Amino acid sequence: MAARQLSAEEAIAEVKNGATIMVGGFGLVGAPLTLIDALVEHSTATDLTIISNNTGEAGRGLGLLLRQGRIKKAIASFFTSNPEAVEAAMSGAIEYELLPQGTLAEAIRAGGAGIGGFYTPVGARTELAEGHEERVIDGVPHILQSPLHADVSLVYATWGDELGNLRYRRTAQNFNPAMASAGALTIAEVAEIRPVGGFEPEDIHTPHLYVNRLVQSTLSLADVQGPGA
Amino acid sequence: MSDARDVIAARAAQELHSGEVVNLGIGIPNRIPGFLDPDVEIFLHTENGLLGVGPRPAEGEVDLELIDAGKKPVTLMPGAAAFDSASSFAMIRGGHIDTVVLGALEVSETGDIANWKIPGGKALGVGGAMDLVTGARRVIVTMTATTPEGAPKLVPTCTLPLTASGVVKVVITEHAVFRLVDGELVLTELLDGATEETVAAETSARYRAELG
Repeated sequence: MAARQLSAEEAIAEVKNGATIMVGGFGLVGAPLTLIDALVEHSTATDLTIISNNTGEAGRGLGLLLRQGRIKKAIASFFTSNPEAVEAAMSGAIEYELLPQGTLAEAIRAGGAGIGGFYTPVGARTELAEGHEERVIDGVPHILQSPLHADVSLVYATWGDELGNLRYRRTAQNFNPAMASAGALTIAEVAEIRPVGGFEPEDIHTPHLYVNRLVQSTLSLADVQGPGA
Repeated sequence: MSDARDVIAARAAQELHSGEVVNLGIGIPNRIPGFLDPDVEIFLHTENGLLGVGPRPAEGEVDLELIDAGKKPVTLMPGAAAFDSASSFAMIRGGHIDTVVLGALEVSETGDIANWKIPGGKALGVGGAMDLVTGARRVIVTMTATTPEGAPKLVPTCTLPLTASGVVKVVITEHAVFRLVDGELVLTELLDGATEETVAAETSARYRAELG
């Protein structure tokens, strides 16, 4: 099915209380800034579980959602870049789960690919192995990681077409392709939306079957952090 | 050289060989490109999704969508490839990164490394540290010999939470190079005019010296 093109406000209205939301981006690069802004400004959905590499920055991006007290749980690899998120996690104000970055990425990929979990050597016999089944494979300890799924995935792509096909740019790709595949409802924010047929088929990174909603990006990195910041 | 970090980075640069795919951690490892022999051509990988990382951009030439894992702007080398996080970490776990150079809080005499957490500290993040030290074919640690308080960082057993066990192959401090040889820690080189006594005083790990 072709993606439905909506305003950011309309698309975000589909986020319900208690939803698990994946949000693309490595820091703010590749983050769906227009959608995050709409989630902060135009939605009241609360008790959210946020799966994202960084949980935003203090007062920016997902950091604003944290200040609003709407995050129940955060799953991330690196909270340190948002001291307020670290404080919220340490004080018990939010629940949190810390995963090695590659395990986080692969768990999201597995979620989208219908894999029931995987054994990884990363984190075995460390503090982060707590609660994970261990299995020694070829003499090397591995731990079982479950897949991650989302009710809603918010992703960003520089280019897309009206069907919802996506193409990412430079290091703004990061978690977006895997998250697009792992959301029951995937909302893609796109800077340049082309007519159908605007790409060579092999140049498409995320085929449109993963994308349910398409939103024109109106907030750029330069808007949020200034040029060259 | 007076700056300890530059002494370490300069020596670490000599460990890298042409053709290698290398991932550099933040801090001291990031200084290594400035000390590479011009004849040595390596391919820098950054775990947020780029192979072929180039130098920092000139002012006015920053591409906001082109950053390294430290979230600092970078440029592209000819032939650079960009990819997503799941692919990037498949490269790392799959043993396709030849060498990772990164900092540490502690390294044990059996090559265990602790570099992601200080209990009670203000940081909460592991990032790609565990993936990199577990997956890279060779792990080189660059660190000052002691903490700012003067405590040895090359220790018998790590006291801080582990990043991974038995993975470190080379440790470079401002005074020495150590190598893990058949599970044994060996002092192989003194740096910047350091003596064996200096190194012994700032190292609590057991090691044997095999100075060439």
